[in-house]
Amino acid sequence: MNRFMAWIAFLFGATYFALPLLGMAEFSLSMRRGVYSLDAYRAVLADPQFQATFAFSVVMALFTIAFGILLVVPTAFWVRLKLPGLRPLVEFLTLLPLVIPAIVVVFGYLRLYNTSSWLPMTGTAMGTNILLMFGYAMLALPYMYRAVDTGLRAIDVATLTEAAQSLGAGWGTILAQVILPNVLPAVLSGAFLTFAIVIGEFTMAALLDRPAFGPYMQILGANKAYEPAALAVIAFAITWACMALIQLVTRFSKHARAQR
Amino acid sequence: MTGMAAVRARALNWVGIVPFAVFVGLFLILPTLYIVVGAFRTPDGAFTFDNIIGLNTASIRNAYWVSLKVSFLSALLGCAIGFAIAAAITLGGLPRQMRNPMITFSGVASNFAGVPLAFAFIATIGPAGLITMYLRTELGINLRLYGWNLLSTWGLIVTYLFFQIPLMILIITPALDGLKREWREAAEVLGATGLQYWRMVALPILFPSILGTMALLFANAFGAVATAIALTGPSLNIAPILLYAQIRGDVLGSPNLGYALAFGMIVITGAANMIYIMLRIRAERWLK
Repeated sequence: MNRFMAWIAFLFGATYFALPLLGMAEFSLSMRRGVYSLDAYRAVLADPQFQATFAFSVVMALFTIAFGILLVVPTAFWVRLKLPGLRPLVEFLTLLPLVIPAIVVVFGYLRLYNTSSWLPMTGTAMGTNILLMFGYAMLALPYMYRAVDTGLRAIDVATLTEAAQSLGAGWGTILAQVILPNVLPAVLSGAFLTFAIVIGEFTMAALLDRPAFGPYMQILGANKAYEPAALAVIAFAITWACMALIQLVTRFSKHARAQR
Repeated sequence: MTGMAAVRARALNWVGIVPFAVFVGLFLILPTLYIVVGAFRTPDGAFTFDNIIGLNTASIRNAYWVSLKVSFLSALLGCAIGFAIAAAITLGGLPRQMRNPMITFSGVASNFAGVPLAFAFIATIGPAGLITMYLRTELGINLRLYGWNLLSTWGLIVTYLFFQIPLMILIITPALDGLKREWREAAEVLGATGLQYWRMVALPILFPSILGTMALLFANAFGAVATAIALTGPSLNIAPILLYAQIRGDVLGSPNLGYALAFGMIVITGAANMIYIMLRIRAERWLK
């Protein structure tokens, strides 16, 4: 009886998860009447708007990841090494983006950094892009910080630092050549998750009026029938790829450590 | 080290977190504070409760109410279904090969939110979706006649469950793994039935985890904007969509009322997260 119930629960879940994926896949192939075709994908991929917005979001994601690593790795390292008493506070701050809805934060951006404010970031396209990148880094902060901090827990930060210092290394060398290689799997996990978050993000990009992939998908969804389903399949594949890469990196790092 | 050098070394320690502090201050704390302070100000900058009181109109009340309903029901159902699936793959005696794919898939699905998720559901149970059309052409069942509408409260709930259930599975599976075999054996030795074990041992231990996760799922659904907008456009009156419209075009006709609307959202998600954190601490007493 117990096992029977378990099967019911599992199959119910599997069906509920599979149907929307099946639905969007089927819909994305149905652009031509009566026969399955890749027309919807062709239409989407050939759309210059798709190419432009997708490229924009990929570049944004890469900059967000670079900024996130530069911000989080030294901070997490420093807090562990020199200011352990501050850890609960820093951890709390990094979790705040999960508590405060993103739409509220971006509302604040629009008021604080508009053209008539002390720091008019939204005055230029470049300034707004940078503001959006900071917003994305803020969204990704909980995941990035937790990943890196977990990675740092596994290594002896103090001993590694002292060893490097006694060999004459400065802070930059220690971070780049000692700490970063040791937490690289964790950093990569955070990076892939950041990529998955940024690539389809809608609210911030739309309200800051940037030509990103998320708002493009939403506009297409309001105007077309089959193309959105193709976009959903593409977005799902990207999310899946990011998660697969995270698993791969984690597995690879476990393997490397076990061998030593 | 002399006193002066020690002070300087201490000061240098603090320099290391200045970039982080500046970033969090400028792009998280200050923007939020600006909204919170704005909620208690008149346009001239004087202190007032008028904006908060101004939220008490039929339309805003309704927006909050629908949001609360969608968030609560999707959290409740997400918890119940997610728990059942997690229990099935941990304790249900299913083949072990079924566990990892479900966990991996949950990792993907819990991150598959926003605009594409809405598209997937439109393609499935929207007016021309796969299931809708199949039921109509093959079985002669017109879902519309039965009151089904994807662009409604329940449509939103069914869609949100696609990331709520996986999130519950991801969070509760470790807790289920933490149930010690000895507890079950001890209960059985004392003559407990399976049901009694669950009711009197396992569920009381898991209860803080389950309730805590529910609070997290609630906050998760409450702040979701993109899925709702892509699914229903601006037609459905829920708090995040109303705030979105307010930011774009001041539909409420008062910027400070907009701040109050956003402040209300912070209060609700903040309270839900407080409950989550408090219950999490309680849960960790038993599950280590």
